Order: sequence, then C-alpha cells, then structure tokens
Amino acid sequence: MATGTEPQQNSGGVRTTARAAITAPHLRTDRWWLAPAVTAAGLLAFVVYSTWRAFAGAHYYAAPYVSPFYSPCLAQNCKDMPSGPNADLFGSWWTISPAIIILVFPLGFRLTCYYYRKAYYRSFWASPPACAVAEPHRTYTGETRFPLILQNAHRYFFYAAILVAGVLTYDTVLSFRDPHENWGHMGLGTVVFLVNITLIWAYTISCHSCRHIVGGKLKHFSKHPVRYKAWQFVGRLNARHMQLAWASLLSVALADFYVYLVASGVFADPRFF
Amino acid sequence: MTVVDRQEWDVVVVGAGGAGLRAAIEARERGARTAVICKSLFGKAHTVMAEGGIAAAMANANEHDNWQVHFRDTLRGGKFLNQWRMAELHAQEAPDRVWELETWGALFDRTKDGRISQRNFGGHEYPRLAHVGDRTGLELIRTLQQRMVALQQEDFRETGDYESRLKVFQECTVTRVLKDTASGSGTAAGRVCGVFAYERESGRFLVLEAPAVVVATGGIGKSFKVTSNSWEYTGDGHALALLAGARLVNMEFVQFHPTGMVWPPSVKGILVTESVRGDGGVLRNSEGERFMFDYVPDVFKEKYAESEEEADRWYDDPDTNRRPPELLPRDEVARAINSEVKAGRGSPHGGVFLDVSTRMPAEVIRRRLPSMYHQFKELADVDITAEAMEVGPTCHYVMGGVAVDSDTAAARGVPGLYAAGEVAGGMHGSNRLGGNSLSDLLVFGRRAGWHAAEYAQGLAYQRPPVDDAQVDSAAAEALRPFSAEAGREGEAGPPENPYTLHQELQQTMNDLVGIIRREGEMEQALHKLAELRVRARRAGVEGHRQFNPGWHLALDLRNMLLVSECVARAALERTESRGGHTREDHPTMDRAWRNVNLLCALADPTGGLAATDPGRGQIRLTRESTDPIRPDLLALFEKEELVKYLAEEELYE
Amino acid sequence: MSSYEARFKVWRGDEQGGGLEDFSVEVNDGEVVLDIIHRLQSTQAPDLAVRWNCKAGKCGSCSAEINGRPRLMCMTRMSVFDRAETITVTPLRAFPVIRDLVTNVGFNYQKAREVPAFVPPAGVGPGEYRMTQEDVDRSQEFRKCIECFLCQDTCHVVRDHEENKAAFAGPRFLMRIAELDMHPLDAAAETGLDRKRTAQDEHGLGYCNITKCCTEVCPEGIKITDNALIPLKERAVDRKYDPLVWLGSKIRRRSS
Repeated sequence: MATGTEPQQNSGGVRTTARAAITAPHLRTDRWWLAPAVTAAGLLAFVVYSTWRAFAGAHYYAAPYVSPFYSPCLAQNCKDMPSGPNADLFGSWWTISPAIIILVFPLGFRLTCYYYRKAYYRSFWASPPACAVAEPHRTYTGETRFPLILQNAHRYFFYAAILVAGVLTYDTVLSFRDPHENWGHMGLGTVVFLVNITLIWAYTISCHSCRHIVGGKLKHFSKHPVRYKAWQFVGRLNARHMQLAWASLLSVALADFYVYLVASGVFADPRFF
Repeated sequence: MTVVDRQEWDVVVVGAGGAGLRAAIEARERGARTAVICKSLFGKAHTVMAEGGIAAAMANANEHDNWQVHFRDTLRGGKFLNQWRMAELHAQEAPDRVWELETWGALFDRTKDGRISQRNFGGHEYPRLAHVGDRTGLELIRTLQQRMVALQQEDFRETGDYESRLKVFQECTVTRVLKDTASGSGTAAGRVCGVFAYERESGRFLVLEAPAVVVATGGIGKSFKVTSNSWEYTGDGHALALLAGARLVNMEFVQFHPTGMVWPPSVKGILVTESVRGDGGVLRNSEGERFMFDYVPDVFKEKYAESEEEADRWYDDPDTNRRPPELLPRDEVARAINSEVKAGRGSPHGGVFLDVSTRMPAEVIRRRLPSMYHQFKELADVDITAEAMEVGPTCHYVMGGVAVDSDTAAARGVPGLYAAGEVAGGMHGSNRLGGNSLSDLLVFGRRAGWHAAEYAQGLAYQRPPVDDAQVDSAAAEALRPFSAEAGREGEAGPPENPYTLHQELQQTMNDLVGIIRREGEMEQALHKLAELRVRARRAGVEGHRQFNPGWHLALDLRNMLLVSECVARAALERTESRGGHTREDHPTMDRAWRNVNLLCALADPTGGLAATDPGRGQIRLTRESTDPIRPDLLALFEKEELVKYLAEEELYE
Repeated sequence: MSSYEARFKVWRGDEQGGGLEDFSVEVNDGEVVLDIIHRLQSTQAPDLAVRWNCKAGKCGSCSAEINGRPRLMCMTRMSVFDRAETITVTPLRAFPVIRDLVTNVGFNYQKAREVPAFVPPAGVGPGEYRMTQEDVDRSQEFRKCIECFLCQDTCHVVRDHEENKAAFAGPRFLMRIAELDMHPLDAAAETGLDRKRTAQDEHGLGYCNITKCCTEVCPEGIKITDNALIPLKERAVDRKYDPLVWLGSKIRRRSS
C-alpha cells in the first residue's frame, strides 16, 4: 500500500478531505519537471544576458548596425548614429544606459504575453509546476487582483511593440548601407538583422491580442471577409506563438551580441557586397 | 416494509437519451412536473454515438426532397413492414424537430447559403441528413441537455429551485414499472402509478409516483457479443414494459450495422459511421474487388449503379447517375460482407476493407471524418488517410420494441405507459435507415412527452395509488443477488458469477441468433436461454450496495434474458428473410408475411417469472395482421414496385 | 498476438479512506486501460466501481488519472506503457470520491446551470436561421466537448484550491460562455446580458492563468486556452479594461 487508509486531514487541494485519500502531491511517472526546468533555465539565461547588456551602455553601435536593445535610442547620451533611430528626448539628466528607456516596452510586451505568462507561472511560480502536479501555494487568486490584473494591459504593449518593431525594421533597412552611409551594402550583420526582424514581426503579429483585434472580436466573419482572412493568417501564426516567442528571444539576443562583437572589435563584419 | 424514498411527479421519463430528453422537455413545457431517470451521468447517453446525422426532408441540398419521398424511402428500407402511420408522422415532422434544435442553440454544418447542410446516406434518395461532422449524436444530446438546463434556469428564476419542475435522477436504474391494483383504487386497475428504482451510487431505493411513465431506454445490443452498443443497452425498457403487461412487436428484426471495427479485439464492434461510404468510401474484399456490385437485390436493381464508373460519377452528379451499391440499406451490406468473409475473401482480422484513403485527399478525410480518423488512429493505430480500414458487421439496433399507438406513443394495453425511441417498435419495420433513428427520437420523444403530460393532467385528482406490497416485492427482487446461495428454495447449484452468465448469453445470441439464422440453432438458443435463466436466479454478488457493478449486472441479466428470448422466439417463428431477419432455411422474402406482426407478451401475466422450469419459456407469441396502408400513401409508389412487396389481395383492395 | 501479465495499482476506497491496491492482470494485444479494469472486475474484484459507457472516446465517462495524468481509460492504449512498468490508476483528484474510480462530478453540473443558456434571436422562427460555416466554425470546435471533465480536473485553480470552486466555472464552462458569445445568432446582448463582462465578473475568468493544462489533457484536442479562454479574456478586456473601446461604444451609442 503506497498510501494511508485513513481519511486525510483537510489540508487543501488534492488532499481535501472528501477527495480520494492519496497523500502524494502527484503520481506522475514521466519527467514532468523537465519542461519547466528548461524554460526557467532559458528565461534566466536571457535575463542575465540582457541585464548585463542593457546596463552596459557600451558597444551597442557599429555602423551601420545598432543593437536592437538600444533602438530607438532616446537620450542625450546616445552614440551618434547617422540617420539612425536616435533622438535626445531625454536630456543630460539621464545618465544611465539609454537602453532602459526603450526596453520597458518589449519587456512589458513579453511579460504580459499569453505564452510567457504560462511559461513563467509554471516554471518560476510553480502555479502549477506541471499538469496534475500539486502547486505549493496555500491560496490562489490568479489574475483577479493587483498586480496580476495588469496582465489585461497586454494589448497596449502590443501597440507599443508594433512601433518598436517598426523602428527595428528601419534599422534593418539601414543595415543595407555601408559604414560610410552608401547604399548597396550587405554584411553578415545584415543577415542577422533580417532574420531577427522577421522573427520579431512574426512573434508580434502572432500575438493573441493581435488575433483578437484583427478579427477575433467579430461575431460575424461572413460580413468582414478581409478581416476574416487576416484573422485566419494571424491564427496560423498564433498556433506557433510559443516557438516564435523563443526564436525571436534568441534572435534578438544574438543580434545584440553580434553588434557587441563587432563594436568591441572582436572581429570585423564580413561583407558580402 | 423496505425503507424507500418516495416522491411525487406528474411524468417520469426513464432514459435520458435523445428520446427521453425530448419527451421530458415537451412534458415540462406543457406544464407537467417531470422527472428523468438515467443509468449514466446526464449527457452520456448512447445517443452520443450516433455519427451520421438526422434524416429530415428539409430540401436544403436537393429541392426535390419532401416528406413523401422520405416516407417512401423509410418504407422501402423497412420492407413495407413499418407501422406506416408512424413512418408518415416521422417524415412529416422531422424537419420541424431539427429546426427547433437550432432555436435551442444547435450548430449544424451549413450550406453555402447559410442553411443546414444535408448529406447522403444509405437508402435515402436525396441528401437528407442534417449533421455536424461525424458527431451529430453528441450535438443532439448536448443541445437537448442544454435545453433542459435552460428550462431549469427558468424555473429557478420563478421558484428559486432549479429542480422544482424538471429534475434528472442520474445514475439511477429503474427495475419495475408499478401499476395500481383493483383493491387500491376503486377505478379500473392496471394503470401505471410509478416506478421503482435504485441509486447506483448509494444503492438506496427510490419510488417515483407518477401516473404517466415514458420509457425511452434504447436498445438491447448488450445481449450480443459483437455490438456497437454501450453497457446501458440491456433492454431495460423492453423488459419493464413487458413486465408491466405491454407487448413487444417485431423483435426478430435486429440490425447489424455493416461496418464495425474488427480489430483490435477490445474495440471489436465499435461503429464506423456510414458517412464514410456516403462521402465516397468503398468496400473491397481481399482480392481488391468492389464486391457490392454483385449483391444488389432485384428490388433495388433500378436504383443502383451497375459499374464503378457510374457509381463514381454519382458523387458529383446524382441527378443523372445511379448511386453506388455501397449505399444499399444496411441489412444488404451487412449480409454481403458476411458472405464475402465466409467465401474466404475477408481481411486478415475477419472483415473486409473499407477504403477512403485512395478516394479523397488526406486533408479532406480529416475534415469530413474527424472522429473516424481519431478513432482509428487512437484505438487501432491505423491512419485512415493512408490505409484501408478493416470492418465487419456489428449488432447495432433493434427495430422491435414496445407496441405503441402511432400518434400518441402510448403502449398498447397499459394506460399511462409510453415508449419512444429505439425501445418503441414499429416505426422502422424490418430495417431502419441510417439517420432515421435520430429523427425518430425527436419526433416520437416529443409525442410521448406531450401525450404523457396530457394524460397525467387529465388524472389530476384521481392519481392511481402505489401499492406497498408491490414496492416490497420490487425491493426483494432487487436485493436477491446479495443472498444468492446454494440450496435456497430448492434451487440447486453454487452461486453464479453474473459476468460469466453475461458472457455466455452474449456468445449464445451472437452465434445462434445472429446475422444469419437457422431453425435448429435458434431452438438450441432457447434451450441455452432457459438454462441461463435458471442459473441467473443464483447470480450472486460480493460487497455492498454502494456503486457495485456486479450487483447492477446481476439485475440487468433479468432484462437481457427476457429480451433475448423475445428475439429468439420471434425469429424462430418468422419463416422468411426480410430486413434485419435473415433465415438461411428461408432465404427469400415472402409476401404473405408482409402484413404479419409477431407480438411478444409475458407468458405469465401476473408478473411471476417462470424461472424454475427451464422447459417453459417466459414469452408467449401471438400473430397480428397489420392495418392496410392508407391508399394515398400507397399511391406514392409505382405499381411495379408494390408488386414485389404486397400480396395480391392487398394490391387490389 | 501476445499477452503478458501487467502490474497495476488501482485506488480503492470511498470517502472514509482507501488506498492503492496491487493487482497482477493479463494484458492482450490491442487493449486499453479500461479493458484491464474490466478484466479485474470480472475476475478479481467484481465490485470494483468504475464509470464507463461508449468505450470509444465519445461519451467522456471513463475519466481517471493514469500514472498521475488525467486521461480517458478507453483511449489509453496499453502499448504506450513499458511492459515492466507498474500502472497506477486513481480516480480524478479534483472531485470528491464516491467509491474506487468513481467521483462525484456534481460540481460540473452545478456550474453548467450557472451559465445562462442560448438566447434565440427575436423574430427569427424555426427554419429561418441562416448562418455561414465560417461563422459557426469557432463555436462548433467547442461543441466537440464530450464533457469528460478532465480539464476541470486538471485545472489547478480548483484542483489545488478547493475554496475557489464557488467563484470559478472552470475551463469547460468558460469555454461554453465563449461558445455562446461567438454564436452568430445568440441574442443575449439584446436582453441586457453581457457575456463578456459576466465571464469575468461572475464566472471567474480572471482566475485562469492560462497555463494550458486544460488544453493538454483534452481528449478531443480542443484548443481550449488559445481558442476559447484567451479570446474570452480579450473580449473581457474590451469591456472592462480598454478605455478606447469603451469610449468608442459610448459615442456610437449616442449617435445611433
């Protein structure tokens, strides 16, 4: 007998008195902990890396490439980027890294993203750690009250993310200029940027809020054929939202790291033409 | 006296499938306080297994369709044995019953112009089945369930109690319909006065007193080994009605669905929907031949294609081509498959091949037959988009059932008893067309609820009382399996395992009263049934009354044995082959039998089961001539066709 | 064909207590867990309580937890397990147990009653309903639900927090609200019932933290989270948290 035969004490959850008397918090025999563990490791790695890079305030520009962490660059202390996305909206009083100003938006977008919510609720909060595995918390109110009720603001971050993605697209266009601002250039960095911006757009467009806004909110698709098509397209991307979330997270870190390597002089950007 | 919980209701509906729920909704809407009793959880009834659709001549897919054509198809399918008035009402009212579902929230598949899409099915001249992919039964049951809840919400707003006028007693089994006795009432005795039931969960007994009882318990498939039916299909309603003095009609007609799964063994019998063939699936034998072309009977020769080319053209152009023989009525297809397997041209696991993989692109298959794709993938590890399915006949439906009045669904001879759905007989004659079952549930479920409510309300101040002695004997009968022991009341032999008895019963019915029947075998079956009946008296169970499946089965055995005997006796008596009754020793249809119904009644009408004497059966059989078909309905057919079915004197009346 | 002896642990007991009992039982080719439970019933434990019905994954009766995962017993093939593995079968652990593998799922029926029914449109009679396929597709996906209640069982909101049962309808019934809200002809709004708002205010949509276990266990493969719950959350945002939409609807109402 693996479990006791006494009715259990009412200790909440699966051990509530009236339920089948099984003391184990779960009886799963598969490696259920693997997915949350990998997720936690992946997210932690990104947090560590991005914190370092965001606060560094250096090696983020190597003409024509600007790190996506620093674009648009909105403080006086930004590096000068010819026709690049910089404007000194924040004066000399802003002394820390200019990345902080803009990173709030993509960070907010990803923090409130329906996929990332699942990922970190499971892997960091263990709420729940995996399906049918008891969570360690005594009480649970979900997203019904502050602060988690703010998750409902996801769509505003989506709007902001569209703008940021627009700027990054501009950066990618500029990467077709050489360091002397002449058009007709393409380096390895350009390729890295192209891949990154494609994934960023795919991730942004595949967002659940976007799916709702383009058509999901409608009651009659038949009366809005164009929006129906758009909804179907977003829906197909949305089915891959998780994969796109990871791919774009990785690509944005790689794009930044590439700029760092070139800017810090580790190697020169290989040029195709 | 046994302690039982007693409650008063106006109408009690036994069974919560399509017919039962539709009856309950109708009764409640007409003002009767209605209780529904079901063996499973609410919403799990066997109706969910219906896949193809609801037949109703709405003429959405083909404008030529109308109720007359539907009526004609139904009679042809039933080989003119149908209780024609039922078939008429059914064909006339089915469209309204389907449309009504939409107002309760059902979502059928749609045509381009936004109406309900209709699909082809065996035996139907035009595309006629309203459907939702291949899960129409689920849609039907869920819609009715949600309609019940909607009514309960209305009651809650008015009375503060969801269950004040409509209540579901789920996981309860009825073991007896109670009737009043002469001494009790002063008026005519023999009227229904309630039901005796037990709660499966607690084992507690329950008496629901009501002047009107609707049985809507479905079929009898669990008496057969290979069946598409669930455990609930133990013929409860058939037996309850018999025990209450009603008669069963047409019990020899049992439909074997041509396409059940044959492998793996644990799912043998589970249904492969006819839509597979309606949408283009073809049957082949082990030699790769589309054998159905060899099995078109004379009466159908003009209606079915003679070449594969013509049959294939029909899917796109049904107006100028004839339909493929795969879409013959179910009895024909089932017999054909049986013959192919016997001739040694079967598939590895003893069926034939049903192939859609070479007929449609994989993605179309997945869209149109999602649950079939799912079912084969999950249960048999077969990808139906890449390989053929193996299928064979499986016991699917009993055409026979309680003899009822066509218009009111009232059981003949038992005031206050009503029957609707599969448990009622007559509607489908000797063979039911696919799709006609769901429409039958709705049309006659509603009629049963309507007339039961009206009857109950008519008796408002003189309800027949419940006789305590009957309650006591019902309780004693239900408790019997707990005290089964050797030597009691002179019964010799050790206690019997109900599971073993059930398996022997299923094997007997499958082997000896199955799809092809022979006189000697059926006599043998009757002997075996008698032996089982004696042994079933000693069926014993362990444990206590709380959710004890062994006990439940021991009680269900009584019903299965009664019903099996009806099937065997009627099948032995009818010396012809027609629809769901095929005699190897009488292989042709005999026009002289066309207007003969066989009625089964309890041999001992006092209700005592003659169990101790194996030689004597429990069932007495009588013959009855059916009413002549009304001339205006006969006029819907060509003379040449009628000649094949009707006796000379019927034709020239 | 080959058969072997498998080791099973099956929870037996009732609300008074109980435990896992060991069994050794024959398994044949092509069988599913429910077959094995039935074999136990007919050979070793005739009073072993289990709910089942269609045996084909269509009725949703035989829900249980197999090796700790909520599944339908009839759709769990024995071939997915290693022959040496001990297979543990317990009742659903989010609901009160009745006996052995049977639980009291009354919670779900109670929640079903709390969701206001479909409201038929005024002035559209039976037979006059016109809806296009693309308009019914979404709700049809949700109507595939067989009400096995595995999603309700696995959802940590109630599984791990009994006290939330009063306030939270659970994935199945939030999906039902989404189904009705997306129904092209549902006229609830015309009667003053705002399903989007009540989903959040009365049925506990906010408790859902979209961790997707409901979708993971759904035997019908319904994308409960992505297609029902998240769209419903977005619809609730329209009503409750989006000033632009709120303003827009105010202006439109005034001008019309």
